[in-house]
Amino acid sequence: MREPVRRVAGHMAPLDLADVDTDQIIPKQFLKRIERTGYGPFLFYDWRARGDFVLDRPEYAGASVLVAGRNFGCGSSREHAPWALRDFGFKAIVAPSFADIFRANCYKTGLLAVTLPDSQVRHLVDLVTEDPNAEVVIDLERQVVSGNGFEYRFEIDPFTREMLLGSLDDISLIERREGEISAYEKTRAEWLPSLRASPTVS
Amino acid sequence: MPDPPRTLAQKLWDAHVVRSAAGEPDLLFVDLHLVHEVTSPQAFEGLRIAGRHVRRPDLTVATMDHNVPTRGGFRAADELSRTQMEVLAENCRAEGIPLHKIGSRRQGIVHVIGPELGLTQPGMLIVCGDSHTSTHGAFGALAFGIGTSEVEVVLATQCLPQKRQGDLAVNVTGDLPVGVTAKDIVLWLIGRTGTSAGQGHLVEYRGPTIRGLSMEGRMTICNMSIEWGAKAGMVAPDDTTFEYVEGKPHAPKGQAWEKALDHWRSLRSDEGAPFDGEIDVDASALEPHVTWGTTPAQVVPVTGRVPSPRSETDERALRYMDLKPGLALADIAIDRVFIGSCTNARLEDLRAAASVIHGRHVHPKVRAMVVPGSTSVKLAAEKEGLDAVFKAAGFEWRSAGCSMCLGMNPDILAPGERCASTSNRNFEGRQGTGGRTHLMSPPMAAAAAITGHLVDVRELI
Repeated sequence: MREPVRRVAGHMAPLDLADVDTDQIIPKQFLKRIERTGYGPFLFYDWRARGDFVLDRPEYAGASVLVAGRNFGCGSSREHAPWALRDFGFKAIVAPSFADIFRANCYKTGLLAVTLPDSQVRHLVDLVTEDPNAEVVIDLERQVVSGNGFEYRFEIDPFTREMLLGSLDDISLIERREGEISAYEKTRAEWLPSLRASPTVS
Repeated sequence: MPDPPRTLAQKLWDAHVVRSAAGEPDLLFVDLHLVHEVTSPQAFEGLRIAGRHVRRPDLTVATMDHNVPTRGGFRAADELSRTQMEVLAENCRAEGIPLHKIGSRRQGIVHVIGPELGLTQPGMLIVCGDSHTSTHGAFGALAFGIGTSEVEVVLATQCLPQKRQGDLAVNVTGDLPVGVTAKDIVLWLIGRTGTSAGQGHLVEYRGPTIRGLSMEGRMTICNMSIEWGAKAGMVAPDDTTFEYVEGKPHAPKGQAWEKALDHWRSLRSDEGAPFDGEIDVDASALEPHVTWGTTPAQVVPVTGRVPSPRSETDERALRYMDLKPGLALADIAIDRVFIGSCTNARLEDLRAAASVIHGRHVHPKVRAMVVPGSTSVKLAAEKEGLDAVFKAAGFEWRSAGCSMCLGMNPDILAPGERCASTSNRNFEGRQGTGGRTHLMSPPMAAAAAITGHLVDVRELI
């Protein structure tokens, strides 16, 4: 069972780039594992291999909040991307916008994806660039990102917020709707394709 | 009072709502769940840990595509890929899910086999753990990619909670000039809108030009919806759609066909249905397009030049691609050509490429390969002699899979190699660490293979 997500407090690391795609976050050669964990060493693998990658600088070691650019996580649906960010040690990502599938995957992973306006994200990038020890607190209950001298409110879908705060599990919630699901199934058109129950391995 | 007019997308959405309640996402019923080896193992593992089973194996179908070798079969795969394939086979066996294994006649890229088996039909809700699931929208279906946790949800419940999305329309008018394809429409569109304009929206592609496209062309456009951030892309079904579906293995037959047809004809946006935004495209003014950068939005006509950078993203792309602003696209030499992927590896794509290649030869400095989108496409192409055209020209003729679109199998670019590719993403390292990708249509990639550089295909036809 995933831990509830209420509050993330810690240091930040800046990745001040737009359109960072999931191929960069976790390159394809690391999608061959069949586990949900162990992806941390492969986060941004190609960029880190080139040397002097920002996340490898000693001043950003141990950061728990990634401050990123617009359209973060675009591209493929690989949930390995949030798994890698989580395994690396991040608990939250703050950006002006996220790709839809990536953001949904983050929430399922218990990784807090927080959207703030450009100017506020810019402030966080400047802050952490100037002072890598700057502390930040993300409070999901109050929906604020705060630090020394600032407090930014963020919006999040209320249902998603409840799911994170309560560590609720989609499947268990849906299973309570069994009556509605069965009723819907009976209304489905007879021409819809069915592969029948028998396994036809070919 | 009459019902308010609705868009096609909202009709499809409404038709799949199992439960709708204030303060909750809608619970949608999934008509078809497509599964492959790379994004499913953790989902099946999650089911096992919780003691759950697949609710509707009869609405689930699996294939092996992402990491399969395109020559040498299963044994040519690396150990981890073989494990992924074996785990998929075991999961499908245990849960009674039909599987099209590597080597089977129906194996292929998940978004190519759905339509060719007739599993993709108008009016359906289709999901898959792959972002290019939007391809199936070409049939007037609501189709989108999901992550592995959502794959587990669908396996367990056949449902998916989803927040309602907005509506966008892309109106395409004008006749496509010779040498310009559906790929050029969508590349132009992404270049115009940027990488994220579609976020939170279901897109309907419409207008006479779309109506005039084959199903293959419509699939190419819907496929790349995700590259401008859209949740899904779709085209209202019409006679072109019905002709394509009729007679396919899983298509309705007899009376069921007639009933289905009656329903499918109602699947269109009502007159006056509200869209949150509309984009107009004049197809008659389009030229063949080629990407120069590392997002699909960094794209220009092949007659153009590498643009001056307008952002940090542009500068980063120019450095990675090793290009200077002002360089004519046609002066960019290439090392590799890849004709393949769920975007452009159907029979019509191979025919279009072969018609450019016929009687010509691949440039001596270029290594070119064709990877058909499915085993069926491969066999059909061989039946009409397309393989002979490609092989005589010096192309490698491979077996079906995702291959060099994402380079999970042995088909990858070496660092620094430059590739003319019919795939969908030119991200850094997408086709191999350090590799450089230029996206284009199949005829354009074929022309580049022959000349050894990016070239306007219209000079060769």
